[in-house]
Amino acid sequence: MKTRYSFGGDEHIFVEIDEEMSLEAFFKSLSMSKAVREATIAGVTEICPANASFQVRFDPDVIAPEALLTRLKSFEAVAETAEKTIDTRIIEVPVFYNDPWTHETLMRFRERHQDPDATDLEYAARINDYPSVETFIEAHSGAPWFVSMVGFVAGLPFTYQLVERSRQIEVPKYLRPRTDTPRLTVGYGGCFGCIYSVRGAGGYQMFGITPMPIYDPKAEQSYLKDLFLFRPGDIIRFKPIDREAYDAAIADVEAGRYEPKIASVHFSLDAFNADPEGFNAKLLEALDG
Amino acid sequence: MADGAAMFEVVKPGLLTSVQDLGRPGYYHLGLPISGAMDRFALIAANRLVGNPDGAAGLEAVFLGPVLKFACDTTIAVTGAVMAPKVDGVEQELWSAFEIKAGQELAFGTLKAGARIYIAIAGGVDVPEVHGSRSTYALGALGGFEGRPLKAGDQVKIGAASGAAKLGVSIPEEIRRIQPASGVVLRAMPGLYWHRITEESQGSFFEDSWKVAPEADRIGYRFRGGRSLDFVPRKQPFGAGSDPSNIVDSCYPYGSIQVPGGTEPIVLHRDAVSGGGYFMVGTVISADMDLIGQLQPHQPVRFESIDMDGALAARRDEKGRLEALGAFLSG
Repeated sequence: MKTRYSFGGDEHIFVEIDEEMSLEAFFKSLSMSKAVREATIAGVTEICPANASFQVRFDPDVIAPEALLTRLKSFEAVAETAEKTIDTRIIEVPVFYNDPWTHETLMRFRERHQDPDATDLEYAARINDYPSVETFIEAHSGAPWFVSMVGFVAGLPFTYQLVERSRQIEVPKYLRPRTDTPRLTVGYGGCFGCIYSVRGAGGYQMFGITPMPIYDPKAEQSYLKDLFLFRPGDIIRFKPIDREAYDAAIADVEAGRYEPKIASVHFSLDAFNADPEGFNAKLLEALDG
Repeated sequence: MADGAAMFEVVKPGLLTSVQDLGRPGYYHLGLPISGAMDRFALIAANRLVGNPDGAAGLEAVFLGPVLKFACDTTIAVTGAVMAPKVDGVEQELWSAFEIKAGQELAFGTLKAGARIYIAIAGGVDVPEVHGSRSTYALGALGGFEGRPLKAGDQVKIGAASGAAKLGVSIPEEIRRIQPASGVVLRAMPGLYWHRITEESQGSFFEDSWKVAPEADRIGYRFRGGRSLDFVPRKQPFGAGSDPSNIVDSCYPYGSIQVPGGTEPIVLHRDAVSGGGYFMVGTVISADMDLIGQLQPHQPVRFESIDMDGALAARRDEKGRLEALGAFLSG
């Protein structure tokens, strides 16, 4: 990992922790951006953590660009020696895999896909060497995920699974992007999962749909009063649900009584690396407890 | 619409007319862009003419003006693109304040230059604030009038006027931004993933003439016509995707220039997507962002390389424009 700094015009500094994605790069980016936030530097207006990088927006009338650059570099050593731990939340995301709505959409855009004769789930299972869609869904829902970035559009989480690199799911994006994706589609592109917060164009493979709103511009859901559910650093568990459970959740959402399942957890990268499966089991227990 | 009520009705919405102020900073890390007027100077000038604070909400209309019927007497100013305002058919001056009476209609002539007009109304457009701003972010159905651009039949409230309008003055041309016709230059600082393209492509990007593509909106402006960019060969990093123009998804600065597939540059603007997996060659400087908001499709544009010192000097020049406006209106 070699940290690289670049000015994005006269108002941004881009800090790339690593060219490639890894939990280590994500964690370093998260802790460095957190240190910058806690330092409350005059002139810094926005700090945006991403997967393996982060971005700082600043007002050059308040702080000179070179002075801010020097200041940011001083946090690098801190981030390297800091304990790789975070107090965060684990949030359960119920997923109706293979649902009729994303299925209808993926059939409508079949000619834009690598494998027009298979569904997105069948294709993803096959190229990741899973014997069936069922075993693929077990892998997708079996281990938790970090929210490694929130963005593209309002409230959309990018997720990175907490498994060794050899077990990471990888799928290409559609050959040509779709012009439509149902809201709350659980998607996948490259080594990242996502949940589409709004309906719209998209290029990620579509695996299913969640009934749980994650972005609410009208602030109608009780748990979305500040509009957004996810923050970078949250942990997600995808829980498979059937049509009946999906319909029940939708009824709760419409009645304004849906409450997501959320628990506080402590994450340690070293403890995770020492025993990924054991550590994940403990994370998931927090939700079941 | 009750006569005398502080509101107007949208008779025709134009092509795309939305409520905008100076934006909603502070939520980009959650994917919510700043939004707000694409040409911020024009909105500020219009607001000052009608006696509003700089950050009052006005209307931004692109290419085609709306038709608005007012239920009350008020004062209006229109700035930005060259598109003559008319009150019940009588042409009014741009960059100056004029009065409109209850029952009268505000309409517009055809677009002569530029792309976006800004309509300020004394008291400002009164829609609910969301996270500190009245700006419309249509992609996220947030802010503005019911989270969307205006439609025919909408009845829009007007706030209480707080300051004195500057009737009878017109902002002189040397203070206005000249609406670009030809020879538009956008100054950009190379950086971000600039090293991903070959030296030859680094040269051609700034040498070539580009044209604004039809896909040009509040999210971003696309350009075409220049030579495709060639990439320095590499094994794609884990997580970056297979195309050489792909990177591990990162944040996108406002003004950043991404070039998907190396073919058509896209400059992100006020409703930017906050991040994604395309490499960027650099960033248009803050001083030239307003100008982009006034570009029309097919207009020829060149990018010019500038360093940080140059960018900061240009920023001071823009500040000077605002100071000249202040001096003129208080003088």
